[in-house]
Amino acid sequence: MERYRELRRLVHDPFLLLLVTLVFALLALFIVYPLVRVLATSLFYRGEFNPKYFLQFFERRYLIRPFLNSLTVGGLVALLGTIIGFAFAYAVTRTDIPGKSVFKVIATFPIISPPFLIALAAILLLGNHGLITEFLRTRFGIDWDIYGLPGLVLTETLAYFPLAFMTLEGVLSGIDPALEESALDLGASRLRTFFKVTLPLATPGIASALLLVFIRSLEDFGNPIVIQGHYPVLTTQAYLAVTGMYNLPLAATLSVILLVPTLLAFVLQRYWVSRRSYVTVTGRPTPSSLKATTPGLKWGLFGVLCVLSGIILLFYGLVFYGSLTRMWGLDNTLTLENFRYVFSTGLAYLLDTLKIAGMATPIGGILAVVIAYLVTRKRFPGRGLMDFLSMLNFAIPGTIVGIGYILAFHNPPFRLTGTAAIIALVFIFRRMPVGIREAVAMLQQVDPAIEEAAVDLGAGFARAFRRIVLPLISPAFISGMVYIFVRCVTAISAVVFVVSAQWQLITVALLHEVDNADLSQAAAYGVVIIVVVLGVILLLDNVLGKLILRRWQRAR
Amino acid sequence: MPVEVRLQGLTKVFHSHREAVVAVDHLDLEVEKGELVTLLGPSGCGKTTTLRLVGGFEIPTAGEVYLGGKRVTHLPPQRRDTATVFQSYGLFPHMTVFENVAFGLKVRRLPREEVRRRVREALRLVNLEGLERRYPRELSGGQQQRVALCRALVIEPRVLLFDEPLSNLDAKLRVETREQIRKLQKELGITSLYVTHDQAEAMAISDRIAVMNEGRLQQIGPPYEIYAHPANRFVADFIGRANFLRARVVGSADGKLAVELAGGVRLEVPAVAGFEPGTEAVAVVRPEAVDILPEGEGDVTATVVFGHYTGSLATYKLALPSGEDLEVEVLSPQEKGFLPEGTRVGVRFHRQSIHLLEE
Repeated sequence: MERYRELRRLVHDPFLLLLVTLVFALLALFIVYPLVRVLATSLFYRGEFNPKYFLQFFERRYLIRPFLNSLTVGGLVALLGTIIGFAFAYAVTRTDIPGKSVFKVIATFPIISPPFLIALAAILLLGNHGLITEFLRTRFGIDWDIYGLPGLVLTETLAYFPLAFMTLEGVLSGIDPALEESALDLGASRLRTFFKVTLPLATPGIASALLLVFIRSLEDFGNPIVIQGHYPVLTTQAYLAVTGMYNLPLAATLSVILLVPTLLAFVLQRYWVSRRSYVTVTGRPTPSSLKATTPGLKWGLFGVLCVLSGIILLFYGLVFYGSLTRMWGLDNTLTLENFRYVFSTGLAYLLDTLKIAGMATPIGGILAVVIAYLVTRKRFPGRGLMDFLSMLNFAIPGTIVGIGYILAFHNPPFRLTGTAAIIALVFIFRRMPVGIREAVAMLQQVDPAIEEAAVDLGAGFARAFRRIVLPLISPAFISGMVYIFVRCVTAISAVVFVVSAQWQLITVALLHEVDNADLSQAAAYGVVIIVVVLGVILLLDNVLGKLILRRWQRAR
Repeated sequence: MPVEVRLQGLTKVFHSHREAVVAVDHLDLEVEKGELVTLLGPSGCGKTTTLRLVGGFEIPTAGEVYLGGKRVTHLPPQRRDTATVFQSYGLFPHMTVFENVAFGLKVRRLPREEVRRRVREALRLVNLEGLERRYPRELSGGQQQRVALCRALVIEPRVLLFDEPLSNLDAKLRVETREQIRKLQKELGITSLYVTHDQAEAMAISDRIAVMNEGRLQQIGPPYEIYAHPANRFVADFIGRANFLRARVVGSADGKLAVELAGGVRLEVPAVAGFEPGTEAVAVVRPEAVDILPEGEGDVTATVVFGHYTGSLATYKLALPSGEDLEVEVLSPQEKGFLPEGTRVGVRFHRQSIHLLEE
C-alpha cells in the first residue's frame, strides 16, 4: 500500500519521476550492462555455455600465475603500505615532531599524480638504464635491475601507502588520548600502553587500511605495465589478452578472476571491519596525547618519515630531471626538446584529454550530487538499489570496466567505440562514487527541514534542488568535480581499453613512450600532467570555489 | 463551521531492523476553519508524525488526509495548501530574511511588486521590519522563529502546521511568542494544527487539545474539558498532576454520586455517566483541589511524608490512613507556614473538582 502510494506520488512530481527514471536508465546502461557483458563473455562461447578458461584455471600457467602474482604483490604491498602508513599516522597524531604539514603534503603527492609516475621514476633510477643500475654495472660489474616483483612492491607501496596513512590518521586521531593517559597513569609502561591500548583500538582501522591498499594494488595497472618485467599480474595480462591476442573471452575471464578477491576485500572492509570500529566520531578533534612516546621513538619516527619523504621527493625530482634530458641513460645532456615535442606532436593528446575531462567533469559532478540527493533525501521505490548500483563501480577494478565497455559498446545498438563519449562515460561512472560520498556526507550536515520548507512552500523538485540543495552542498559539488577532473588527467586502467586513433589521452601517450623506451619523453608527459593537475586544483579550489562559496560562507 | 482538516483512519507504520513500529494508529481527527487544534502527548506518541502526514512529508500506511474537503493523501507537499513552521525553523541559510519570506511567493510566480508588498506586510505583522537584509545566522533565536512563522504565514495557506515551534526558545521568550502566535492566529483566522509536548503551552494556545499516546487519540476537547474531565488515567496523569485514589460508588441522587474512598471517607461528587452504586472507581484528585487544615478538621487526618518549597508553591506528600499517598499543592506558603515532615494535618477534598474514572 505504502509502496503503491510512493509510486502514485511520483506521478504528481513529474520532474522527480523523470529524474529517477533517467538515473536508473543511465546506471543500467553504463554500470550494469557492461558488467553483465563481461560475465557473459567469460561464461559463454559462441552462444553456448562454455566457461572454458575457468575450467582450465589450474592447468594453464597463463591463468594461475597472474592470479598468484597479483595476490603476492597485493599482500606484500598491503603489509608494507600499512606499516609505513601507520608510522606516518602515529608520528603525525601522537608526537610533536616538526614539519608535520610538510609530511602530510608529500604523502598526498602519489594520490594526486598518476600512480605510474612512481614506476617511471623507479625505472629512471633502477631500470635498464637507471642511474643506480648503471653505477652498479660500471663500478662493480653487478647486473641487476628492478623489474618484476621488487619493482612492483616498491612502486605500489610508495603509491598506495598514503591511503593507509589517511585511513589510520583518521582512526588514531579519533582515539581519545585520555585512554592512553589513563593507562600511563595506572602505571603501565609506554610500550605496554601502545600494545594494550593504542594498537587494539586501532585494529579495525589497520584492517581497513590493509584491505584498501590490497584492493588498490590488485587493481593497479599503471605501475605493473611499466615495471612488471616478466612478472605478469591479472590487470596487465587482461590488457594483453585484448590488445595482443584480441581474445576477449580470456580477458573477460581474467578480469572476473580479478574481481573475486577485490570484491571479497571490499565487502570485508565495508560491512565487517568498518562495523567493528571503536572510534566514535564526534567531529571535535581531541588534543593529542604527546606523553605516550619517548624521545627516542619520536626522533626515530621522524627519521623514518624523512627518509620516505626524501624518496618520494627524489622520485618526483627524478621525473622532472629526466624530462629535461635528451635520452635518459644514454645521453643525459639537458634540453627542452621533450617539452617542445609534448606541445607539438603531443598537443593533440593533451587537448583530447582536456576536452574529455571538460565533458566528464560537469556531467559527473552534477550526476553525483543528484544521485546523492535522491538516495539520501527522496523516497521512491528502488532507492536502495540506486544507492548500491551507483557505488558499484567503486568496488570494481578499472580493467573490468574497460573491458566491459568495449564489449558493451562496440556493436549497435550502443555503438560508442572510437568516440570521445565512451572515454568520458568511463570517467563519469567510475569516478562518480567519490563525488556521491562527499555530497552525501555534506547533505547529512544539512537540516532536512530546510528542503522540506522549500517543498512545503510549493517548490517542486527542480526548484528546491537548484535553489536550496545545490547552493548548500556546493563545496562537495566542487570537490567532487575537482576529483573527477584530476582522475581524467591521471587515470589509465579502464580508459586504456577505450582510447582510439581519433581520441587519445596524455596518460596513454606517456605509456607509449615508456614502451618505446624513450623515458625522457615519458617524463616530460608526466611533468605536464602534474602541472595540469596542480593548476586545475588551484584554479577550481580558489577561483571558482571562492566565487560560489562566498555567499554560502556569509550565510554560515 | 466547515471542516478544513480531516484525518480518517490515519495509520503510519515505520519499519526498522525487521521491527515494525506503529507511530500513528487509526487516527480520526477534524479541525474546523479558523480553529487551533493542538496535538499533545509525550515524545514518541506519534504527534509529529501525524503533522508530517498532513504536510505530506510522510506517506501514510493506511487512511486518508482531506484538506478543505479534498482528498490529498496522494499529493506531495508542494501540491498541498499547507505551510509548516518547523521545530528547527528550516530557514534557508544562504538567503536573506527577505528572500526567505519571499520564496513561497516567488514559487507562485507573483509579480515582483506584490511579492515585495506582501513580504513587507508579513514582516511587519511579526515585528521584523528592518531585518530584511540579514541572514538567518545574524538573527537571535526568537527572530529566527518569527522569520519561520512569517515565511509560512505569507503564502496564506489553508492550514498552518506548527511542529514544536517554541522548543528552541528559552522559557520566558516561549511564553511571549506563544501569546503572539495565538493573537496572530485568531486575528487572521488561520486554521492551525499545532504539535507540542508542553501541556502548559497546549492549554494556553489551543481551542481544542487532542491528547495522543502510543499513536492513538486519547481524548479531544477544549483545555478546560481535558483538565476537568479527563477521559482516562493517561490523560489525567499527563495533563497536570493527579492523585488516583481507590473509590467505590455507594449511592446516587440529583446529579450527585456518593463515593466512599479507601479508608472510609464519604464524599458527594459530581455525577459521571456510567457509574452505578456498587461500582469500583478511581477518584482523580488534583493536588490543588485539597485543603490542608489543622489536625482533627476536614474529611480525614494525614501525615506529612515530605514537602518541598518552590516559592509560589509548597508541595507535600501526605500519607492517608488508607495507606495511599496524596500529593497536595498549597499556594502562598509564606502566609501559611511550611509544614515539617511528620506533622499531622486534616485534609479536606474539594467535592466539585473530583472526577471519577473507571477502574
